[in-house]
Amino acid sequence: MKTDIILAGVGGQGILSIAAVIGSAALTKNLNIKQSEVHGMSQRGGEVYSHLRISDQTIASDLIPLGGADLIIAVEPLESLRYLTYLKPEAWLIANSKSFINITNYPDEEKIFEEIRRYKNHILIDAEDIAKKIKTARSSNMVMVGAAAPFMNLTVEELENGIRSIFESKGEEIVSINIESFRKGRDFSLTNR
Amino acid sequence: MQKLLLLGDEAIAQAAIDAGLSGVYAYPGTPSTEITEYIQNNKIAEQRGIHSEWSTNEKTAMESALGMSYAGKRTMVCMKHVGLNVAADTFMNAAITGANGGLLMVVADDPSMHSSQNEQDSRYFADFALIPVFEPSNQQEAYDMIYSGFSFSEKYQTPVMIRITTRMAHSRAAVATKPMIEQNQISLPGDLRQFVLLPSIARRNYKQLISKQDIFEDASEISTFNSYFEGSDKSIGIIACGIAFNYFAENFEVGEIPYSYVKVAQYPIPKKLIQQLYASCDKILILEEGYPLIEKFIKGFHSDPKIIGRLDGTLPRDGELNPNLVGKALGKKLITQETVSTFVVQRPPALCPGCGHIDVFNALNEVLAAYSPGRVFSDIGCYTLAALPPLNAINSCVDMGASITMAKGASDAGLQPAVAFIGDSTFTHSGMTGLLDCVYEKTPITIIISDNATTGMTGGQSSHAENRLFQICEGLGVEKEHIRTFNPLKKNHAEAVQIIKEELEYHGVSVIIPQRECVRTLERTHKAK
Ligand SMILES: Cc1ncc(C[n+]2csc(CCOP(=O)(O)OP(=O)(O)O)c2C)c(N)n1
Ligand code: SF4
Repeated sequence: MKTDIILAGVGGQGILSIAAVIGSAALTKNLNIKQSEVHGMSQRGGEVYSHLRISDQTIASDLIPLGGADLIIAVEPLESLRYLTYLKPEAWLIANSKSFINITNYPDEEKIFEEIRRYKNHILIDAEDIAKKIKTARSSNMVMVGAAAPFMNLTVEELENGIRSIFESKGEEIVSINIESFRKGRDFSLTNR
Repeated sequence: MQKLLLLGDEAIAQAAIDAGLSGVYAYPGTPSTEITEYIQNNKIAEQRGIHSEWSTNEKTAMESALGMSYAGKRTMVCMKHVGLNVAADTFMNAAITGANGGLLMVVADDPSMHSSQNEQDSRYFADFALIPVFEPSNQQEAYDMIYSGFSFSEKYQTPVMIRITTRMAHSRAAVATKPMIEQNQISLPGDLRQFVLLPSIARRNYKQLISKQDIFEDASEISTFNSYFEGSDKSIGIIACGIAFNYFAENFEVGEIPYSYVKVAQYPIPKKLIQQLYASCDKILILEEGYPLIEKFIKGFHSDPKIIGRLDGTLPRDGELNPNLVGKALGKKLITQETVSTFVVQRPPALCPGCGHIDVFNALNEVLAAYSPGRVFSDIGCYTLAALPPLNAINSCVDMGASITMAKGASDAGLQPAVAFIGDSTFTHSGMTGLLDCVYEKTPITIIISDNATTGMTGGQSSHAENRLFQICEGLGVEKEHIRTFNPLKKNHAEAVQIIKEELEYHGVSVIIPQRECVRTLERTHKAK
């Protein structure tokens, strides 16, 4: 069993919280993990990504090879398209539709959505809208984890435990907001896949 | 034994704490910063009284570490690759003094220049200084090398370099820890003149260092970090160094590597292992993250055609490796079906909205519009991003401190007014000496020290200026009436323009100090409250 995930977003969007939750879920199953992160300059509003590899065997490389990823989870639509060459055939592209526009030449949004829809196995989800309906936009990254949940070799329970262990220190209310966000994201994928 | 999910940097830090570290010394720099930050935030390190405060620059850090080693305690100094240039004087001479307490020098290289000005390979420096190097290929190895590295350093009385690269530093994996070791007691070197590099003593020490080379080499040959694997297919043999080994292994199912290989993680280069591989294979592919160091050694003067790697184009000459580049060198076909659309534009990093540097540049650009372009010598920090649109405000960025001294040289050449733009942390790192040159010669120059009270670029570490920049400049001899301060806010724009205009017209040394805290660190302190 092996899952290779590429997380994508813009510096400051907190993609590492997604990695932390999935990583924590995988750890409790005693799986091997390698998670390559981007620190430094690009965190200043540039494009950032993380390679998250989970396997029951030894993992060699910290980087996923091109054509090797099972899943892209992107918290921003333009960023979801940047790493398509990493996808395996039949892999899934999970993209948040809420754009983060901090450059003057940001492409036409419709064109971006069209390109995402062109890819057969995709989920295009407005995670921010779903999160806001629960409480605030803050939990939209957990909506994204939920949206990706049906495509990972981890159970709902394992992932929810992951969320619990990451947010535990912030109190029960924050935990339950994030778990509800996760569930709503998952429901969206199950009905829209 | 405990299993922790750690970044390579954090594995190094945890291992040092466990191995009886008494002090870490460092100046921040990507990708090395998280080592020291981990120790700063670690409860046990605090209980054990481990020194972890930031140093002013890499040279002061390395000298302090050398002093701690002199006193017999275990110490580690950490920096990014270009930091070693700053500390090079100490580094080269510490090889001659040798170590007393275990002394590990962790240097983080940045191939592909994710956050750096160049991609120099620190293994060259270690070869130059004649000291051993450990180059981990995974997080566990990083932990184990540091853990055993201190006693290695003490046993051979030598500083040891730990060389990592960006992907090692910033990738997480599970690490099994070892039992905690007590710190050393103070114990001075047996020879109290070991560290006195008078020529007569230095010559003796240098001979000793040379005579240790065979011992270091023997240690490499039998090191458990280096290994020889006998494969069934002899058409090609592989030498894989550090993290490059993983990219090699990634191309095969676990346990199914058909080729013979030597994995190199400890230097000097294990010659015998490599000779054995060379003799038994038709070709040798060398995989190194960084410069083709081993490749150059082996290929030699005769350009041995049996050796392939970065020098003959089998692999790119520059940039970091990855599983695909290595796969291609091994003759594997690349399978990707998708392409990235051309409209997916780059998203370059930028100054944060609301950052004080922006207001300073807006005022500076307005005043400089009256002069011909090309007069702003910048330094390294967040403000370097002003090279890009929309600000397009700077004309140089070379190394820490170079803003002031390059502006001085240009002013000496007749380019006046000449402007230097530098941050508070970079100023205390390497700017003060350059300012003293200007004061000494009364050089016509305008120096802007944009003071955001932090080391912003690397994530907001403390800065040694601590609101004392005015006094520091005055103390260095700048005339009081030409040290000007203002608060870089939109509403103060007119004042800023007026100050810059006046000082550009002054024929002497002026220092302008805009002062407003970095919005990121401000946000963080608010959140903490
Ligand atoms: C010799 C050396 N050490 C460290 C670095 C990494 N580095 C780049 S900029 C910077 C700090 C800049 O701080 P400051 O000048 O105060 O500017 P700010 O980023 O806060 O605007 C550091 C540590 C480097 N490039 N070179
Ligand atoms: S981190 Fe601070 S200094 Fe750097 S760009 Fe952001 S606000 Fe400015």
